[in-house]
Amino acid sequence: MSFVNTPAFDSYRLRLAAGKESCVERTEHYLTVIHQRSALNAFLSVFENEALEEAHRVDQKIKRGTAGPLAGMVVAVKDVLCMKGKRTTCASKMLEKYEAIYDATVIERLRAADAVIIGKTNMDEFAMGSSNENSAFGPVKHPLDETRVPGGSSGGSCVAVAAGMSTTALGSDTGGSIRQPAGLCGMFGLKPTYGRVSRYGLVAFASSFDQIGPFANSARDVAHVLQVIAGYDERDSTSANVPVPGYLGAMNRNVRGLKIGIPKEYFTDALNSEIRSAIEKQIHRLKSSGAEVVEVSLPHSEYTIATYYILATAEASSNLARYDGARYGYRAQGARDLSEMYTKSRSEGFGTEVKRRIMLGTYVLSAGYYDAYYRKAQKVRRLIQNDFLDAFKKADCLITPISPTTAFRLGEKLEDPLQMYLNDIYTVSANLAGIPGISVPAGKDHQGLPVGMQILGKHFDEETLLRVADFLEAA
Amino acid sequence: MTNDKHEAVIGLEVHAQLRTETKAFCGCTTKFGNAPNSNVCPVCLGMPGVLPVLNKKVVDFTIRMGLATHCSVASKSVFARKNYFYPDLPKGYQISQYEEPMCQHGYVDIEMEDGASKRIGITRIHMEEDAGKSIHDLDVDTLVDVNRCGVPLIEIVSEPDIRTPHEAYQYLYAIKQLVTYLDICDGNMEEGSLRCDANVSVRLKGVEKFGTKTEVKNMNSFRHVERALEYEIQRQIELIEDGGNVVQETLLWDANKNVAVPMRSKEEAHDYRYFPEPDLVPVLVSEEWINEVKKILPELPKERRNRFIRNFGLPKYDAEVITAEKPVADYFENAASHLSQKNSDTYKSVSNWVMTDVLRVVNERHIAVNDFPVLPEHLSAMINFIIEGTISGKIAKDVFEEMLKTGEEPKAIIERKGLMQVSDASVIEKAVDDVLARNAEQVEKYRGGKTQVFGFFIGETMKATKGKANPKLVNEILKKKLAG
Ligand SMILES: [Zn+2]
Repeated sequence: MSFVNTPAFDSYRLRLAAGKESCVERTEHYLTVIHQRSALNAFLSVFENEALEEAHRVDQKIKRGTAGPLAGMVVAVKDVLCMKGKRTTCASKMLEKYEAIYDATVIERLRAADAVIIGKTNMDEFAMGSSNENSAFGPVKHPLDETRVPGGSSGGSCVAVAAGMSTTALGSDTGGSIRQPAGLCGMFGLKPTYGRVSRYGLVAFASSFDQIGPFANSARDVAHVLQVIAGYDERDSTSANVPVPGYLGAMNRNVRGLKIGIPKEYFTDALNSEIRSAIEKQIHRLKSSGAEVVEVSLPHSEYTIATYYILATAEASSNLARYDGARYGYRAQGARDLSEMYTKSRSEGFGTEVKRRIMLGTYVLSAGYYDAYYRKAQKVRRLIQNDFLDAFKKADCLITPISPTTAFRLGEKLEDPLQMYLNDIYTVSANLAGIPGISVPAGKDHQGLPVGMQILGKHFDEETLLRVADFLEAA
Repeated sequence: MTNDKHEAVIGLEVHAQLRTETKAFCGCTTKFGNAPNSNVCPVCLGMPGVLPVLNKKVVDFTIRMGLATHCSVASKSVFARKNYFYPDLPKGYQISQYEEPMCQHGYVDIEMEDGASKRIGITRIHMEEDAGKSIHDLDVDTLVDVNRCGVPLIEIVSEPDIRTPHEAYQYLYAIKQLVTYLDICDGNMEEGSLRCDANVSVRLKGVEKFGTKTEVKNMNSFRHVERALEYEIQRQIELIEDGGNVVQETLLWDANKNVAVPMRSKEEAHDYRYFPEPDLVPVLVSEEWINEVKKILPELPKERRNRFIRNFGLPKYDAEVITAEKPVADYFENAASHLSQKNSDTYKSVSNWVMTDVLRVVNERHIAVNDFPVLPEHLSAMINFIIEGTISGKIAKDVFEEMLKTGEEPKAIIERKGLMQVSDASVIEKAVDDVLARNAEQVEKYRGGKTQVFGFFIGETMKATKGKANPKLVNEILKKKLAG
């Protein structure tokens, strides 16, 4: 489905081992594309020299036969992941000059596996947004049509892979921020089960929702990255001490007997007919290959957006309290006292959408409103989780749309936050339930824009998602 | 202070800083006195992207306190975020517990002024992390030291069962005794490792409904707590008597001026927006865990005092003084175990030495009993020498002073200084003969019936033997010779 010439990691690795290509050459190629397509605004930092040095080291290791599992892979990471000594801006003026003082666990794991990190990607500020227009450093543009959005909030990471600026990329997904841009750009993007990948070093938006996951041109490349970043981390108390299976081994291109659930609440008349028929085509392919298709119900679906925006903003209001101008980050000038320093620094340092969500979150947690909003939303979250547990009694995985439309135009929804929030209607439920979800390309609409499809799985069953995604990709 | 018509209703919130080696949610040391902002890491600095990891010891210590105060320990408790902005709070929230605390529904018994016992209920005990320190009084700007940030605390909230400042003092004292006995906190109010806030209201006696309460903070010693409460109760009574109403507010105790001053309303207008901490999983405490802690729970002050009375035959007063602090009680028991003859007289002798000599020096020098230069086994070795007649009680005082200086064992000092008691009758007889020969006049007086001069002969004989003569023998020989 990819429209750039990024070789699949499996075959590329063989060429590397055979000495037919080098990691340095590959890195140089990506650096060239990054420059050529700088108008897409996908990167906030590019580690030109370091990436080349690293690639050189990897080539040496390949020659010596001591290379790690991701040797040769060039990865872009969302600028919400901490890298020691590197700017970690979260695309915010607040952290414009902030340099992280430690490495995120996923960064350590990528390095240990000999991946080369090429740069840090643009995003919606503090991962809040669905179009990547909320960046303090300008929007990221869709690689097929620069007047359109690539989706968000991990737009830069998605575009880095889609436009051939890196082999894979890491994003973060709090309400769809990996899956939605992957869908809009025709990429594979996985949000793992909550707890599958350590969040240590991921700048928090909403702690009980955030997960780090990969973007790639293929399901197998997603699996290669997940294999390295997944697993328990004692520095993240919410990371799960559950064994990590061999993901590539599960991708057997066989879906016979697999029960595929179609949640009826996700396929109403409101769904764009082009998207609907594209997804139905994929479902039919699965069915004709021996998968069993069953209808399931997720009765509390209509509450997902409200529940998500109450709980996620509540957590965000607290998570973003540390950006107060006192210790690091942006501090406004000319404040006369402490309270004014806080107010001015935060008013000037944060963008509109971030401030909107902090205010929403502060409101739902405040005395007198907590029970009506936060507590009630927590209860509904439990009901939504139960909906999925019930659905998974009938089905091994679920297929749903990713977003109500294909890539929309820059500025189109910027003035209407509610319209923007409704973009997440198909994706937030996975974050509420903590289950994994993957975005798979499902064709194109009449304008030639990619249509994405989502596969949702049971807790810690990324294997099934990858297996189905790989099957659809191959056929 | 309280008049006949009114009574006070007091509840205390006590914060105890736990003596864990490392902080509550990161691996940084809790060591006191290091350079400002040196006991820090990305986690306690609240850097973007960090996550807390609970120190199991904190749970362990909290279970100890819960068991010691007869609380029920929750099998599941939940951390919550208390949100507020302050420069010494790097994350903009404090990790605490709110709706589901670790321990609930306990009590401690205190002694009232009339000696009767009173039970004070404990509403809850929960775990939380300390904030850093803001330093305002330097000329520059406000400085922040975050070394203390993330040091574990427990907050112990009492029921409003306390009626007088004296009871409050006794309650606080009981809490201090417990935390030090449990070895979970050093209990030092002046240094802030034990902190106390009070909720105070007054009501007419016989009325059940509570009056409007105020919160009194910044009481940095046991005396301050008593005085601040006396002040605030009096203030409220006078206000009501004059037809006024108590306003719900927070007051800060000013120990220099002896007044409680209202905080500026801006500082207290907090809505903490508590919600469950999503970065931590609920704390699950199994029966086995509780039983493990029960096993290592030390004997508590009340039980120990009673045992000292029962087993050592100590007077109640002695037992109270000695068990007031665990290290003193430990010192006593250690010394007692090294006695060569064990009976209520010898135990009482150890008690006397500990109460008068050991504690005197400890207080004069402001040192911990654990750092006392005379080891408990050396103290009892010295007492053994008295019992065995090797030295006299008087010489023992000199030996003790020397042990204080050098830390040597008493045997070495006695030998080096030749302080061995002279119990050789022939030596004493010779000394007595000399004394009598030199003081013929006094001898005549004695024999003439003026027996009061006997003391003079004793003194002279002791002087002649440099205080080393066995006083009993001196007595006997003198009597015999004078009767001569
Ligand atoms: Zn630390």
